[in-house]
Amino acid sequence: MDPVLLVVIIVGLLLVGGAGAFFLRSGRDHVPTLDPTTTDAADKAIDANAGPEAAVAVETEPSVSVEEDEPIVEAAPEPATFRGRLGKARSAMSGYLASVVGRGDANAETWEELEEALVRADVGVGPTMEILEAVRARADADKVTDGRAIIDLVKAELKDRLGGRDISLAEGGDPSVWLFVGVNGVGKTTTIGKIATREVAEGRNIVLAAGDTFRAAAAEQLTMWADRSGASVIRGGEGADPSSVIFDAVEHAAANDADVVLADTAGRLHTKTNLMNELSKVRRVAEKGAGTVTETLLVIDATTGQNGLIQAREFTQAADLTGVVLTKLDGSAKGGIVVAVQAELGIPVKLVGLGEGAHDLIEFDADEFVDALFE
Amino acid sequence: MFDTLTDRFDGIFGRIRGKGKLSASDVDETLREIRLALLEADVNFEVVKGLVGRIRDRAVGDELSKALNPSQQIVKIVLDELTESLGGEAMTVSFAAKPPTIVLMAGLQGSGKTTNSAKLANLFKSQGRNPLLVGADLQRPAAVEQLRTLGAQLDVPVFSEPSDPVSVARAALDEAKRLGRDVIICDTAGRLAIDEALMEEVRQISEVLDPHYTFLVVDAMTGQDAVTVAENFHNTLALDGVILTKLDGDARGGAALSVKEVVGRPIAFASTGEKIDEFEVFHPDRLASRILGMGDIETLIEKAEAAYEEEEAEEAAQKLLEGTFTLDDFLQQMQQLKKMGPIGNLLGMMPGIPKEVRDVEIEDSQVNRLEAIIRSMTPEERTDPNIIDKSRRLRIANGSGMQPQDVSALVTQFNEMKKMMKQLGVGPKKPKRKGKGKGGKRGRRGGRTTAKGPAPMANPTAVMNEGMESLQGLRLPGLPED
Repeated sequence: MDPVLLVVIIVGLLLVGGAGAFFLRSGRDHVPTLDPTTTDAADKAIDANAGPEAAVAVETEPSVSVEEDEPIVEAAPEPATFRGRLGKARSAMSGYLASVVGRGDANAETWEELEEALVRADVGVGPTMEILEAVRARADADKVTDGRAIIDLVKAELKDRLGGRDISLAEGGDPSVWLFVGVNGVGKTTTIGKIATREVAEGRNIVLAAGDTFRAAAAEQLTMWADRSGASVIRGGEGADPSSVIFDAVEHAAANDADVVLADTAGRLHTKTNLMNELSKVRRVAEKGAGTVTETLLVIDATTGQNGLIQAREFTQAADLTGVVLTKLDGSAKGGIVVAVQAELGIPVKLVGLGEGAHDLIEFDADEFVDALFE
Repeated sequence: MFDTLTDRFDGIFGRIRGKGKLSASDVDETLREIRLALLEADVNFEVVKGLVGRIRDRAVGDELSKALNPSQQIVKIVLDELTESLGGEAMTVSFAAKPPTIVLMAGLQGSGKTTNSAKLANLFKSQGRNPLLVGADLQRPAAVEQLRTLGAQLDVPVFSEPSDPVSVARAALDEAKRLGRDVIICDTAGRLAIDEALMEEVRQISEVLDPHYTFLVVDAMTGQDAVTVAENFHNTLALDGVILTKLDGDARGGAALSVKEVVGRPIAFASTGEKIDEFEVFHPDRLASRILGMGDIETLIEKAEAAYEEEEAEEAAQKLLEGTFTLDDFLQQMQQLKKMGPIGNLLGMMPGIPKEVRDVEIEDSQVNRLEAIIRSMTPEERTDPNIIDKSRRLRIANGSGMQPQDVSALVTQFNEMKKMMKQLGVGPKKPKRKGKGKGGKRGRRGGRTTAKGPAPMANPTAVMNEGMESLQGLRLPGLPED
């Protein structure tokens, strides 16, 4: 980084930190001693700086263990559908929409209610305004005034924005590598498990790469999915270099004529530059051998708010996203953030997670998604 | 995309300056900005409505029109209201008279229950307690392994058995007795608030455990749905508090405000990193500034207090304001700063820092490079860097493994900053706010609730904000223009 900027920052920090301590000093007699827990925690936080990173002695040769198990045949339940799953959630929108419809001819309140409805679905204020402006223009042009007809226009606008994209998962590598990225806890590992189940069931040869070497027991979790689905899994030790684990998985896949490598990565907040750099490296190294990264999928949790857009922006910068997987859409959250993601970054939603079962992953369908949003 | 509220208001008030009085439409415009800011921070729609209503009442009253500086006054009103809504005090966990104290963790999938169970165990352990972690998440593959790994790291026993979650909870009570553990922390599977079967299961777990504390673990990035989730969990489990996770990202955390407002339970803890000890008691006023994009100056000051020697700090501040600050002092201060934690984190807490700068993650290794440059200087050079000529520069560069232009950049920048600090020092502000820190921390630190003062901690924030404003007024060189 530019040392110039650094100096500015540090002196600035210094000013605030130093002056802060200075100002506080005057009132210090009255300040009770620090709560021991807070101090402890703060001290440890400082100690911890050298913590795990130091422990991550980069293993260039991760102990590769290959596990191949007979697939445990699950009684294949009927695949999840949008409607079936989403019907359960009582929509916060229904109230607004009923009110809009009930009013008959649209007035200022109608537009306000529509705005609220969209914002409450996490579409975001900016995109909501844009959408409603477009709808308004159309309603004016077509002389549409009825509430229900306007709702239909909003739906059409949304479908227009979300639909019409190629959502198939690309192949063409030898093997193809599908990389799964995202912040912590969005469901990357589970998504991989579900895709593995689906692909293996279609008779494909799938290798899972346990690239999350940070979170405790992440590799175990993936291994269990491998056992369930009948895919093989390549894992390194905890704290191993994720790039090398994924590289090994690609090599293993190439040697065994596998079709696709599903590469898991550790959840990371998009604000951590070093972890995002690590991700860029993972993506580069995944193509060093025989494989080609044909999909880099951002996994986003449907409960995610406006931060989702920033996530998408940062992740695509680091790893060149090709699509989004929207998970946990079977809850009460609507996942409206994908509207903003697609509008601003043009990254299409490809898959939708609707539950924890192996079959609860379906292809994104803009029409159904929007209809469900308005149910 | 989103500047601080102060910036936005300055824009509005700049236009109306000279009018003397705020018209109804001025107020409306301001309130619209507030509403937008809150919605962009993921505060729930209903909650925003209520808040904006209350702010409107205060803004159209005398309070605002009489203020000399309406933009700051209104920010203060907003901040007050937010802090109030978030619950003025930090929550304290008291331990049961008859151990074990039982804690139940619940939440959606992926909110961070398992990790935070371990973090909580770590906190209790540091308070001299003997926690037992209970793995009642039998649903997610390897969830119990994750807990065991974390438990082993902490040297805290973990109990689980492959039966069903309710039986695990029941057996855990006996296990705690057998092992003589005085705190039980029960991790449960993530579940959707609308999944009736699983909600019933967690209700049964709660019935068996009869917990003293039930915490809902909420991801700081959650959007509008946070309210639905919290309501459902609260109806099923009667929550005692919320643990807010992933606050180390750049999410503004408006969901926390919504949850507090809707279920009326405080946010007890905040998780601020992936490491096991990045977990702290939650301070409502700090989140309030964060929601508004105003930094977290108080945590910064707190860290500074812990790391700085009082006298050194005073001396440094004095030197800074007088302009007699040398590179040696700078070096010393840098080391102090490093003690406070990763520089990048500290920076995130500063108010008024442009987003571009705030988002730059500074590695401590980069700071080390600066240090290396200064360390390669002679004492004379450190006192008066202007004597550094071409050959000295080359020597310093070679000595520190940097380029000569890095050396000159540092020197130029240092001089610039020094000049600015000096201007700041002779500026209008002298610390006449004596005693404002009084009682400021009493409520939050003291454990038992004493009478709360009227949000006294707003003061250091205000002082700092003013400081930063004057700094910005001076146009920091090298900072990207926004």
